[in-house]
Amino acid sequence: MAKRDTPEINAGSMADIAFLLLVFFLVTTTMDSDFGLMRKLPPPVPDDVESPPIKERNVFVVLANAQNKLLVEGEPMEIGQLKDAAKEFIANPKRDKKLPDFKTVDVPFFGKTDVSKQVISLQNDRGTSYELYIQVQNELARAYNELRNELAREKFGKSFDRLKEDGADEKVKAIRTIYPQRISEAEPKNVGE
Amino acid sequence: MSKFKKGGADKQPAISTSSLPDIVFMLLFFFMVSTVMREVDLKVEINQPEASEIEKLKQKALVNYVYIGEPIEKERYGTASRIQLNDAFATPKDIGPYIETRKTEVDEAEIPLLTTSLKVDRDVKMGIVTDVKQELREAQSLKISYSTLEKADVNSF
Repeated sequence: MAKRDTPEINAGSMADIAFLLLVFFLVTTTMDSDFGLMRKLPPPVPDDVESPPIKERNVFVVLANAQNKLLVEGEPMEIGQLKDAAKEFIANPKRDKKLPDFKTVDVPFFGKTDVSKQVISLQNDRGTSYELYIQVQNELARAYNELRNELAREKFGKSFDRLKEDGADEKVKAIRTIYPQRISEAEPKNVGE
Repeated sequence: MSKFKKGGADKQPAISTSSLPDIVFMLLFFFMVSTVMREVDLKVEINQPEASEIEKLKQKALVNYVYIGEPIEKERYGTASRIQLNDAFATPKDIGPYIETRKTEVDEAEIPLLTTSLKVDRDVKMGIVTDVKQELREAQSLKISYSTLEKADVNSF
């Protein structure tokens, strides 16, 4: 028997099929990646444990109320001023008696260094808008980041973010020891919802 | 008159389309590789706030999502802010069990790495967010990320 030629498959519709799949993936795709402010929540505390006493001069109180107004250390403040106020509080460059106390700690790369005992206390109402809350969190994070950047530039000639990217973990840790991010959040008061 | 010149109007040769499927396939593979399927159908409106000091969420498989916002179908569900987990509305009480099921789904060694991404509308009141945070504390899921849009650094201008 003579061998018959198998007829060639018509590939003309291949493009159409591929287009169909392409459109499907175009529609279902989401290219966005998720960005956010990373925070760590405090672990749940048993009711009978009292929180340790903190000296008043070591606490920077930020209140955000239901009218979306800020009260910082007893004074009304605009969101734009918050970062500089927080920076001054954390670093306390003039060693002001009203601003936080220092403790001398042995930090690698830096030797004996004064580390501030600062704590930032953030309180909000149940009626505070989420946008203001995020802005406050962002400004406080910026205060810490700018201080860390200044220190990293002075000491290592690189910004803090660069150190993190370069994987210089020891240096990053040393800077974090000097400027630890301590934001404490009180339970919100039940007003204005 | 050159003897090579043909008489009559010249016809433009048709562009060969035989490589079209190849091009399309190339695009197709690009999208197949880079695609991330949408996690859920959103039932709440989320208009995220902006922030500059943000970090990218890594390891998407270890992220739990909690959505809070006004329902999209306002006639049916009203305008009060609601929580959405997976594909359904939820109350703060449902968060504990949700986190527990997520913990069973991942490797035991990876449980401390589980992050909760809070996708919250900018006009939501903090009360409901706080309830969610308290539930997360109770469920021992302490790593959270307040999902925001990227804002250009105000100082870099």
